[in-house]
Amino acid sequence: MSETATTFERKRRGINLLMTSLTAVCAVFTIAVLVAILGYIGVRGISSLSIEFLTDTPKPVGEGGGIGNSILGSAIMTLLAAFIGLPVGIAAGVYLAEFGKNWFGNTVRFVADTLIGVPSIIIGIFVYTLVVLPMGRQSGFAGGLALAIIMIPIVARTTEEMIGLVPHSMREGALALGAPQWRVTWNIVLPAAASGIATGAMLAIARVTGETAPLLFTALNSRFYNYYLDQPMSSLTVQIFNYATGPFEVEHAMAWAATLLLVTLILVINILVRFFTRKRF
Amino acid sequence: MRKFKSSEITAIFALLMLAAVIVGCSGQKFGESSGSGGGGGTIRLQGTGASFPKPIYDKWVSEFGKIKPSVRIDYQSTGSGAGQKALLSKTSDFGASDDPMTDAAMAEAGTPILHIPTVLGAVVLTYNLDGVTQPINLSPQVIADIYLGNIKRWSDERLKADNPEIQFPDADILPVYRADSSGTSAVFTDFLSKTNTEWAEKVGTNKQPSWITGVGVGAKGNDGVMGQVKQTPNSIGYVELTFAKANNLPAAKVKNKAGEFVEASLTSVSEAAAGSVSSMPDDLRAQITNAEGKGAYPIASYTYILVYKEQADEARGKALVDFLFWAVTDGEKYVEDLHYAPLPKEVMEKVAVKIDSISSGGEPLRR
Amino acid sequence: MANTGTKGDKVFHAVVFAAALSIILIVAAVIAVMFQSAIPSMERFGIGFLFGREWKPAQEEFGALPFIFGTVTSSVIALILSIPVSLGIAIFLVEQAPKKLARPIAFMVELLAAIPSVVYGLWGIFVLAPLIREYIGPFLQTYVGFLPIFQGRITGIGMLTAGIILALMITPIITSVVRDVLEAVPHTQREAALALGATKWETTMIVLGNASSGIAGAVVLGLGRAVGETMAVTMVIGNSPQIVASLFEPANTIASLLAANFAEATDEMYLSALIEIGLVLFLVTFIINAFAKLLILSVASKTNAAKQG
Repeated sequence: MSETATTFERKRRGINLLMTSLTAVCAVFTIAVLVAILGYIGVRGISSLSIEFLTDTPKPVGEGGGIGNSILGSAIMTLLAAFIGLPVGIAAGVYLAEFGKNWFGNTVRFVADTLIGVPSIIIGIFVYTLVVLPMGRQSGFAGGLALAIIMIPIVARTTEEMIGLVPHSMREGALALGAPQWRVTWNIVLPAAASGIATGAMLAIARVTGETAPLLFTALNSRFYNYYLDQPMSSLTVQIFNYATGPFEVEHAMAWAATLLLVTLILVINILVRFFTRKRF
Repeated sequence: MRKFKSSEITAIFALLMLAAVIVGCSGQKFGESSGSGGGGGTIRLQGTGASFPKPIYDKWVSEFGKIKPSVRIDYQSTGSGAGQKALLSKTSDFGASDDPMTDAAMAEAGTPILHIPTVLGAVVLTYNLDGVTQPINLSPQVIADIYLGNIKRWSDERLKADNPEIQFPDADILPVYRADSSGTSAVFTDFLSKTNTEWAEKVGTNKQPSWITGVGVGAKGNDGVMGQVKQTPNSIGYVELTFAKANNLPAAKVKNKAGEFVEASLTSVSEAAAGSVSSMPDDLRAQITNAEGKGAYPIASYTYILVYKEQADEARGKALVDFLFWAVTDGEKYVEDLHYAPLPKEVMEKVAVKIDSISSGGEPLRR
Repeated sequence: MANTGTKGDKVFHAVVFAAALSIILIVAAVIAVMFQSAIPSMERFGIGFLFGREWKPAQEEFGALPFIFGTVTSSVIALILSIPVSLGIAIFLVEQAPKKLARPIAFMVELLAAIPSVVYGLWGIFVLAPLIREYIGPFLQTYVGFLPIFQGRITGIGMLTAGIILALMITPIITSVVRDVLEAVPHTQREAALALGATKWETTMIVLGNASSGIAGAVVLGLGRAVGETMAVTMVIGNSPQIVASLFEPANTIASLLAANFAEATDEMYLSALIEIGLVLFLVTFIINAFAKLLILSVASKTNAAKQG
């Protein structure tokens, strides 16, 4: 009897040890994959990086060329997305946090969460139908708009969350002094939540910088440095897609180099955000 | 992290709003100026379509840009179907397609569309076979059977019969086809439909034909097919000749109507066009697959730039006409390096007349 | 002062209300625009559209089944691969790892979610596909080749490759939600179980049991992401609409079909069919996400109740 009890006991301990170490293996494995992917990008990408590559425009195959216009295009469209998406998203987040405790707020919250999960290619089709066709051509504006639509719900939800973290005592004090609600929100709540909102905004910007699908039909691509929002515009992601699926070795190399640039940018944003928020969470 | 002051928040918001307004307005203003293209400013032309002539069009717009820096032409290869669509929906100034538009599609436009042949190209079958670098011989029957799924392995007797000296691997064939709407597919399927009744019944001629379910993989664009073949051992795909050459992949010799296995080359493609020059219709829409004549490569085709006969904007129309005329005359010197064949002389004359007929406000644009 | 206050409040309220409303308007507009464009196809094919097995634009024959099959299968592969790993990481982070170690590990796992889709696609074409062709595929065929899903030729491009990439992409999402859910389980439960002599793993199982609906929510959320993923999938799945058992064979998904063909569709019926299938994808992801949210909410309210009670 006592013997079976110890076997049973030993089995329990064994399972405990096995399973707890397995969970550690899962973590180690996943991180190893991350390191492998990033390392590979680094090794393949670094050899093609040069000043010329970063500033030149695409040329016929075999004549070199670069991704300067794609970098500019990505920057312009991301900025445009931020100009549209941040104010709307933050304002919507303020509504949800300050007035959203009713059926309408719940509906908005619910719809925003599901909109975050909608495949971005659908947003591309939507903007194509609504903007590109009437406008008569693909454009940086359409691309930026598609990215903005993706940003709005993300920014709205983070803003709401960040405002929620502001202690109630702060706003109650101001309200008790007779300040109108909008003053309280503007002068007290938003400043207190600002760094959190900025963090969320940066993450949303990083996210849309990496989007490809919504740009395929809206911004298309271009060979030139393009400052005009009504013209097709190149982007890093679409250019990577074109180079990657193409047949030419030199273009594959350019895809890796462009990827190194894009991934570095996105990771730096993520790491900076983590670094600045570390003390608060 | 330090807290922001409310004045800073106000400032940031004001800045954002201001920037949004500026961006919005300037976008519109730039739009107007670049749209009209007048007053010595840069004229931008957008072209969309076939990936088959992409290497030569890239070269042309790049070289033409050096001669005329005030005209900036952007060519994006998205497939022949997309080229026709972009022209019809007027999202591009010109479309490009290997497959001439159908009467129905042209009628949809409501205003005349011109087909301008630019170069001749060959669709070749390229393959990724370990140890086989020389051209293999393929008859139309074998090509069709591979894509119909009737021939499944490289070791098949019918392949051996045409290639007694080649050691084929004992492996499954992976045919690669175009997943998108493609002029290259149209040329390829047109050739097989003409030579094989089973093909004509089951698959037919189309930019996006009904591929047999379960046979092969689809890829997007000539680039995509080439990339797929390159990445995958024992695969076979059909692409424009220049794509195979650029990748040092072999191209099969294909059996022509006269019964010889012919390699795709400048001469064999020109030969294919030569026979039909006299019978070229006035609208220049012509198919030259399975051409008569010794030495003619059977899967050849013209590739077209599609433009509206009547250009809405005079300055842009003029720039387009100049480019087209330059391309088919001076531009032809870049053609052979990229493994295309230049237009036959008689066709070139007809094309020049066509380009001369492009007008704006009823006035011809080339003077 | 009081007057400007109420006036200011009204304006302020109106502005933020409009912003919130815009989110609903966007979704309504997406549905309206797509629905309108999909009408010709709906009228022509009816419900049979969803069950048709042939997709032949040339013959105006449009059946969505191969794409639905490809979308579902690739997502299921992703879930099968991802769930154990994600649960493992989350358990490790919440139940075992010291806080000092848990934080950087959690961050690194989350970085996987920050890598853009097109980059996964690039990596898939040039690293994963050859790996599957040369090693993983032949290995599977040697040891479990009797299963129909591992039979046939191996090209490296196909359902399995897409599934593995998707698994990588959804792992950080599932992990992070499960982590939140586990952290929400009151600490008293663990203490009680340990006090009764349970091993650490047995305690974890109890915690998992209590968090099960939240975990289900995390999984469904991951599913939603996998279903809609576009670029990475279109680059490695082979774009071939077929319904076959072998995971080594190429397939196609709805999102990937749209990426490759939307810009090409010339005639109205083709475009309409594409938009209809896009609408299907939209509604499916909408429902999946809504469902995930309900599941996660239910665990939140349950633990809140437990804390208060």
